[in-house]
Amino acid sequence: MSTLVKKIKHYLNASYELRSWFGTVDHKRIAILYLISVTLFFFVGGFFAVMIRLELLTPAGDLVSSETYNKLFTMHGIIMIFFFLIPAVPAVLGNFLIPIMIGARDMAFPRLNLASWYCYIGGALFATAAMVTGGVDTGWTFYTPYSSTYSNGAVVLTALGAFVAGFSSILTGLNFIVTIHKMRAPGMTWFRLPLFIWSNYAASIIMVLATPVLGAAIFLVFLERAFHIGIFDPNLGGDPVLFQHLFWFYSHPAVYIMILPSMGVMSELVAAFSRKRVFGYDFVAGSSLAIAVLGFLVWGHHMFVSSQSMYAGFVFSFLSFLVAIPSAIKVFNWTATLYKGSISLQTPMLYALGFIGLFTIGGLTGLFLASLGLDVHVHDTYFIVAHFHYIMVGGVVMGYLGGLHYWWPKMTGRLYPEFWARISALNIFIGFNLTFFPQFLLGYMGMPRRYHAYPEEFQVLNVMSTAGASVLAVGYLIPMIYMLWSLKYGKKAPANPWNAKGLEWTIPSPPPVHNFDEIPVVTEEAYAYAEAPHRG
Amino acid sequence: MNLPTVPFSPVQASTLAGQVDLLYLYLIAVSVFFTCVIFATVLFFTLKYKRRSETERPEAIHGNLLLEITWSAIPLAIAMTMFTWGSILYFKGWRAPQNAEEIFVVGKQWMWKIQHPEGRREINELHVPVDHPIRLKMTSEDVIHSFFVPAFRVKMDVVPGRYTSLWFQPTKTGRYHLFCAEYCGTKHSGMIGWVTVMPEEEYQQWLETGTAIAPVTVSGKELFQKNRCNTCHHAESGALGPDLAGVFGNPVQLADGRTVTADENYIRESIVKPNAKIVAGYTPMMPTFQGQLGEEEILQIISYLKSLKAETGTPETAAPPASPAA
Repeated sequence: MSTLVKKIKHYLNASYELRSWFGTVDHKRIAILYLISVTLFFFVGGFFAVMIRLELLTPAGDLVSSETYNKLFTMHGIIMIFFFLIPAVPAVLGNFLIPIMIGARDMAFPRLNLASWYCYIGGALFATAAMVTGGVDTGWTFYTPYSSTYSNGAVVLTALGAFVAGFSSILTGLNFIVTIHKMRAPGMTWFRLPLFIWSNYAASIIMVLATPVLGAAIFLVFLERAFHIGIFDPNLGGDPVLFQHLFWFYSHPAVYIMILPSMGVMSELVAAFSRKRVFGYDFVAGSSLAIAVLGFLVWGHHMFVSSQSMYAGFVFSFLSFLVAIPSAIKVFNWTATLYKGSISLQTPMLYALGFIGLFTIGGLTGLFLASLGLDVHVHDTYFIVAHFHYIMVGGVVMGYLGGLHYWWPKMTGRLYPEFWARISALNIFIGFNLTFFPQFLLGYMGMPRRYHAYPEEFQVLNVMSTAGASVLAVGYLIPMIYMLWSLKYGKKAPANPWNAKGLEWTIPSPPPVHNFDEIPVVTEEAYAYAEAPHRG
Repeated sequence: MNLPTVPFSPVQASTLAGQVDLLYLYLIAVSVFFTCVIFATVLFFTLKYKRRSETERPEAIHGNLLLEITWSAIPLAIAMTMFTWGSILYFKGWRAPQNAEEIFVVGKQWMWKIQHPEGRREINELHVPVDHPIRLKMTSEDVIHSFFVPAFRVKMDVVPGRYTSLWFQPTKTGRYHLFCAEYCGTKHSGMIGWVTVMPEEEYQQWLETGTAIAPVTVSGKELFQKNRCNTCHHAESGALGPDLAGVFGNPVQLADGRTVTADENYIRESIVKPNAKIVAGYTPMMPTFQGQLGEEEILQIISYLKSLKAETGTPETAAPPASPAA
């Protein structure tokens, strides 16, 4: 590190002892702690995915045993959902940006923020312990009575992991809500907030209200497994379908915990790289809240063939179609933002456009599943696997990577190599479609999900999917390499490398420990690109 | 029914299959249309409004209420057509025709056990006559399974502790995959079998081959007597339990004032948890048969009870079953 850098104190070089990291209450350092942890788990979960795809290359279950295969897809799901997708955008980008974007020096509860990370790590340790001591084979859905009575995997340990990690989510959501309400700089009114704040606010409401239900459901599984208290197992007098209601009451809204913050990133990227105010700001902001509210009322669409009543099916189907509308509104508004803009196809924008494409396909195929008569056929097949990967990987991961590239200069003070970044963005888009599009076809043909071995007629499409996965895997490895490289060799980043609007671009890169020497007074709306830019 | 076939779809072998495919095609058409519109617009704008200079500052456009209303209302209207169409198909798949033949399915890790009303049993195989409505009455001995026949476009979870049902009418002879679609443990992907659809006469012949087993109502009666159910449940005065003749499908007055319909789930519960719902006028004294009777045996007893006529209280194996409240 050169002497020049040392002269300017910022949050990264303020102190170096281990304690200053593991005991930090600086929201930016906590974001970095999350960044390292979620990246680690992304690659662990990704490794399991590679194993799954390799096994499915041939119809026979020949690479690993069926027991191992079941553990692979279970751990893939649990790690990707609880330890990557849910925390990725809010806990990394949200933690770093929310205080800065609203003109605050930190979160409302800095210590609670650190406690969230320790809950996450606590949960991750339990889950890792479960993996190491034999793994678990219930699927990430933990359906009863399989999980509560029949599985002999490390169910309790894994469930404990998800339970503890849930508190990380609850505390983060609570912190975001209070911070956004109470810590806004003077002049930062609700309708001047960047849309990233709105969408994280909406996601926080879900985190706080839905996560406790998952905790309760998991705790009940534990009670039945450990003490044979009859809740879900019919042999003990319980109701196995009750678990599905509790589980999806959280796990459907959880999809919005993942996608909403990513949609927030999208609004920032589309605005910055077309130098335009987001078209229909109020509608984009309002649609986030609409998704959060409606998202609570659609869980039964996971249960159309579960023996739930036919009338419940009608109601849940109807509400599921309603929740599609605010998502459509967002896509239309992002597209309209491009109109008469000044569009630059730098890497974050490539991710943003990729998001629009993949999320459109993911969203539209969601209509197939909301449609009762059609869902009966495609439920629990590869069609649904393809659909939710288009939303979660095509949507959330594209948004996360786009955001990570956009704010990387701010977070690290370094620029990444643009050439490689564009290559890998393109690589990921192509690899993703090759991997998951064939799965829609497989699903309609009738291939059930979670199958270790499958009839031969499904092989061609499976080979295509596995080939695509290898392209995708390369696409994820390249950014890992050049981003690490940029930390040492990347060009120094100016305060505002994109000439973008937003308070985060008015302070140095990387930001000083207290973000703002003077709390800013906000006088303009978000995305006032028609005005003169901040000088970097 | 001359409905279009879809590439990458299983054969259409039931009355429902073509209708599901038609809805699928409609959704594909809508999806392709919107995907093209969005992709084309994004591409067009990206090329047309490419940044020309670093200092470029386009004018702000705030939005347009009319546009917002339009692109909310049109998708909503289209979504409602999908909702209605999908619901109609779901409703059709839910209500079995009255004359459907009822076959028992018991799921268990990791096999399908099937019994025909005439008594014939099979495992991981289901033989059915073509062009006849078939209704499956299903339950599980352990975890949740799901009965899925892609060629028929039908699927229903098979849940322990309750009965679910599913119906289809095959339209084409042949052999079709039967999958377990709900993850059920280690050998989940091995819980597969075949549905064989045969011409009516062949099916009748097939039913008569194999080891001779009594019709399910007869084996149900034997179980009823072997387990001494008839010592309490009879029509003579002073019976300790309610007489069960003619009960099936009718309302039952309970001791706590509620009224329930005596359907399959109620009878099953009364066998494994006799004290859950006590009939008005009787004391709770029946022991549980949980663990003593298998799921298949309970199904046979239910069939026997369904065949009992109210007037005589004697078994009439040939009697048509009371119409179940589906």
